Amino acid sequence: MTTLIVNGTERRFEGDPDMPLLWFLRDELGLTGTKFGCGQALCGACTVHVDGTAVRACQTPVSAIEGAKVTTIEGLSPDGEHPVQVAWRALNVAQCGYCQTGQIMQAASLLKDIPNPSDDDIDTAMSGNLCRCGTYPRIRAAIKQAAKGGQP
Amino acid sequence: MIANLSRRGLLGGIAAGGLVLGLGLPRAQAQPKAFGADGMPNGWRDDPKLFVAIAEDGIVTVTCHRQEMGQGVRTSIPMVVAEELEADWAKIRVTQAPGDEGRFGNQDTDGSRSLRHFFTPMRHVGAAARTMLEQAAAKQWGVPVGEVQASNHAVQHKPSGRSLGFGELAKAAAELPVPDRATLRLKDPANFRLIGRDTVGLLDNRDITTGRAIYGIDARIEGMLHAVVARPPVFGGKVTSFDAAEAMKVPGVVKVVAIDPPAIPSEFQPLGGIAVIARNSWAAMQGRDRLKITWDDGPHAAYSSDTYRAGLEAAVRQPAKVVRNAGDVDQAMGSAAKRVEAEYYIPHLAQTPLEPPAALVRIANGQCEAWACTQAPQATRTRLAERLKIPEEKVTVHVTLLGGGFGRKSKPDYVLEAGLCSQAMDGAPVKLTWTREDDLHHGYYHTVSVERIEAGLDAGGKPVAWLHRSAAPTIGSIFAPDPKHELPLELGMGLVNTPFPIPNIRIENPEAVAHARIGWFRSVSNIPHAFAIQSFVAELAHAAGRDPKDYLLELIGPPRVVDPTSLGDAWNHGEDPQRYPIDTGRLRRVVETAAQGIGWGRAMPAGSGLGIAGHYSFVSYVAVAVEVKVDDRGALSFPRVDIAIDCGPQVNPERIRSQMEGAVVMGVGLATSAEVTFKDGRVQQNNFDAYELTRIDTAPREIRVHLLPSADYGQPLGGVGEPGLPPVAPAIANAVFAASGKRIRQLPIRDQLTT
Repeated sequence: MTTLIVNGTERRFEGDPDMPLLWFLRDELGLTGTKFGCGQALCGACTVHVDGTAVRACQTPVSAIEGAKVTTIEGLSPDGEHPVQVAWRALNVAQCGYCQTGQIMQAASLLKDIPNPSDDDIDTAMSGNLCRCGTYPRIRAAIKQAAKGGQP
Repeated sequence: MIANLSRRGLLGGIAAGGLVLGLGLPRAQAQPKAFGADGMPNGWRDDPKLFVAIAEDGIVTVTCHRQEMGQGVRTSIPMVVAEELEADWAKIRVTQAPGDEGRFGNQDTDGSRSLRHFFTPMRHVGAAARTMLEQAAAKQWGVPVGEVQASNHAVQHKPSGRSLGFGELAKAAAELPVPDRATLRLKDPANFRLIGRDTVGLLDNRDITTGRAIYGIDARIEGMLHAVVARPPVFGGKVTSFDAAEAMKVPGVVKVVAIDPPAIPSEFQPLGGIAVIARNSWAAMQGRDRLKITWDDGPHAAYSSDTYRAGLEAAVRQPAKVVRNAGDVDQAMGSAAKRVEAEYYIPHLAQTPLEPPAALVRIANGQCEAWACTQAPQATRTRLAERLKIPEEKVTVHVTLLGGGFGRKSKPDYVLEAGLCSQAMDGAPVKLTWTREDDLHHGYYHTVSVERIEAGLDAGGKPVAWLHRSAAPTIGSIFAPDPKHELPLELGMGLVNTPFPIPNIRIENPEAVAHARIGWFRSVSNIPHAFAIQSFVAELAHAAGRDPKDYLLELIGPPRVVDPTSLGDAWNHGEDPQRYPIDTGRLRRVVETAAQGIGWGRAMPAGSGLGIAGHYSFVSYVAVAVEVKVDDRGALSFPRVDIAIDCGPQVNPERIRSQMEGAVVMGVGLATSAEVTFKDGRVQQNNFDAYELTRIDTAPREIRVHLLPSADYGQPLGGVGEPGLPPVAPAIANAVFAASGKRIRQLPIRDQLTT
């Protein structure tokens, strides 16, 4: 049995310990904001925070993070008003929106580590997150806007 | 019966070849040719009672019958309705229509035409609803309707100072007859508050940014099972034998089911194979890994991209079927002062929407319900009904958000797979998910093509003869025995309808056999045609010693209006050639605008260069100017891109800009890194490590979008979702040439600059 704290709530899992966190979140807990895009940690759509660090849930076996605190997009902020979420809406970053929860989780992690990231910092932190719609210019702008406390 | 199967009037094209297909879509034959929305299956509707619901609290819910996949239609259609309704945008909500074209009109979301076809009907919807609210208020007050007026979510009677909110009037208004559309008073565009302005954000913004947005892959209902399918590794293959014993031992696996291979042509039918149904996705995938399957690879087992390319190259070096001919090319070529020729190779691509194909289906009490990310909900419904042998009226297709579509989700094979799995489980709900490997290995691929162009130049460097041979397997091959030639809709995507006023021009289309499923990919055949033609124009400019932008403008020629049928294009993206002629003045303006934006002609440091390309598609005009940097190790980067679009009147400029930004990024990907190759009938790319898409660090740092103004809303609208893409790759190739002297004739560029 594996025990995790997901968005502040203790969750137990008695199934296959090799099951990636992604499928535990999506299929067992119904937290579908964490997305499946590749299953190989190549696209970043499944990005969540484990003990405060951005990880790819599709390549993280549940058993490998026993006892960890997991934050998903649903738990990033109580009211959807995290500065990154606010900036994402202000700049209408999303097109189809599918990758954006992973982008937002990655960006939130970046800003926690580097409050005022340079373009190169953004490239480094965000290059693992694919967006097929091509919203990268707005992702970059939204990260900078969030870093400046929402000022454009 | 011959049905017009929605997407780009496809079967109209095939039917010309004498083939008859029964597709079960209700469209009578032998009607006079209809254009635009009138020419689409089930046409259009503008009944406000279908599309608008007003609650007593004043909340207005607009039903969007077109599918959202990132183009913004779930915001843009409500904008149009809210504008004419005089509604307060803060009180607008959107709900998604199920697949039911008999009620809603055409729902196939492809071909860049949602606003093009539904701008006017949705204006009528809003205006009719507003009129009914005004009539209800006038009746309640006992005053002439001419004395009342709706504004800001209420109806006012100025003489008496009375006012009633939309919510207060909703019930009475709903009981009134819908006014005749001929009597409707549409707003003067000068008074638009929403249309053509950047005043509103995306209606789905909060759901998307909080993880509450539901895509097809996210659909859940109680007791749901999960499935994946092992499909034949080669198109046209089938299962010879299989052993599911090990798969069944995986905890959570509940059933293994064979899916029959389809008859060929397979259209939207599943490829067949073995489905594994389990309690969760992971168990289903583990079970699939443990299946032991022997495959019969079928007739396409020898398909390999390298040898196929050689075949296309041989084909374009021989005379072939003439699809357009003007003047005497051979004679003019023979007497030209200079001859230039080039061949271009554009590979297969996969759409790879980031949400892979996925659907949930359940069957209970004779009713089938599907939740699916589909661009084609009516075709999904019809095909589900046929395949599951359930009457269509008992099949409901709920459309979720689409995590990208790009043409892949126009084909509902994955929904049928989910339906077959549910049926095998006695109707239990089954969610079927494609992995990324499935998506890359079993797709409907963008065609592969070789384009050969030869020109004869006069002493001044101007082309007097033009011979273009385009060889590419056709989308028609999934709908009919392989026609082996491009359909009118493919020829009309920037091949025959190139409006250069060259006196001697011949366009030929050699045979090309399809060995994989060929399908629509955003902007479709415009990709290879524009890449070849716009690259070749720059090659001619170089041969003539001229500036490429000036040369392109001269080749487009003076502003004039060209009837596309005079260029041998009877298709014209389904639009009336009189209403939608090719306006070369508009093409010139976007080229000039993009050039001005990038600072064309400025001095560039060594290793940097500018390139430009312009292209007409989906009845819009787009030009792209690119600045590239090629460093001394051959690494390519994009400091800046300027893209200019003239799509006629604009509904939601903010979304037009985002579509152009996205088209540039996607164009960079297909120009530089994306390629699907086959060997022994199998796709060689498994995931995003080998099928490389543009990432934030390889995308252009700056993309500047220029929207050509058009304030005349009486003019017809052009497309937006697709036309941004075709000119990107040739503009990049032209910029690479300017920066490095290296001419790119095959895509993707990948390591061509390092060798």
